[in-house]
Amino acid sequence: MRGVDLYDHPPYARNLADGGSNQTVCRYMASLKKFFFIKARDFVHAGEASIHIQNLLKSMHLDPALIRRIAICSYEGEMNAVIHGGDGILNVNIESNRLTLEIIDEGPGIQDIQLAMQPGYSTAPEEAREMGFGAGMGLPNMKKNADDILIESEPGKRTRACMTFFLGLTKEVQ
Amino acid sequence: MKLSEVMLELDATTLNGEDKLNGEIARCGASDLMSDVLARPTDGTLLMTGLTTVQTVRTAKIAGVVAVVFVRGKRPAPEVIKVAQAEGMPLFSSPYSMFVCCGRLHARGLAGLDGRR
Repeated sequence: MRGVDLYDHPPYARNLADGGSNQTVCRYMASLKKFFFIKARDFVHAGEASIHIQNLLKSMHLDPALIRRIAICSYEGEMNAVIHGGDGILNVNIESNRLTLEIIDEGPGIQDIQLAMQPGYSTAPEEAREMGFGAGMGLPNMKKNADDILIESEPGKRTRACMTFFLGLTKEVQ
Repeated sequence: MKLSEVMLELDATTLNGEDKLNGEIARCGASDLMSDVLARPTDGTLLMTGLTTVQTVRTAKIAGVVAVVFVRGKRPAPEVIKVAQAEGMPLFSSPYSMFVCCGRLHARGLAGLDGRR
């Protein structure tokens, strides 16, 4: 799956292509935004956007532990949208000091966000459980790995999960 | 322990990743629940599972797993192996059960995900 570049600063793109160092990338980088379409119940392609993001971050030579946290949050969010959400989009916005992941799906929304954040609570269908998901650990895992998380939902309409990662910050994940 | 030694211990068949058998493994995890794999410190580890879907490969890649062993002689569909090739994820198939695979590797000194034995 290829994401769509909304804005890609030309010198930044050239430095990535040349295998430029992180310092060089940061000096030139204004911001990089990509978005990916997420198709509901498409388990064959589910996760491709997150792997694309993971590979992109590796090419930027970010801290491997930070890349893992971002990739896990992206993947959990992407799988949530595939399993629960109807079609959706995944936005990633990379700035010099922080990265933001935003996942917006077209419903049916979360009835009780507090309850959904509790480990073990799940409304996932059997189809998702057969894929090894639906154990009620997605949202808690996203909260654990992100530096900041905001989840908004209108029951019957949509859900928006926004996660922020500070690129210079080290977070211990238990 | 080298991946090649792990494969010998498990009498495993290589499905993908013949070029990565020199990789080193110190910790292992066993799960059919991908949510668990994502929630635990699985980076740099070997994953043993009976789940052969494409999401096993993607979860392993996202979580930083070094290689995947399918237990009980299970083999994923060719398109799943194709995805693993594209992602550089070695896949193996062992005829032993999950329990026996874990026991054999534990007896050879490998630790769990948290480093404990």
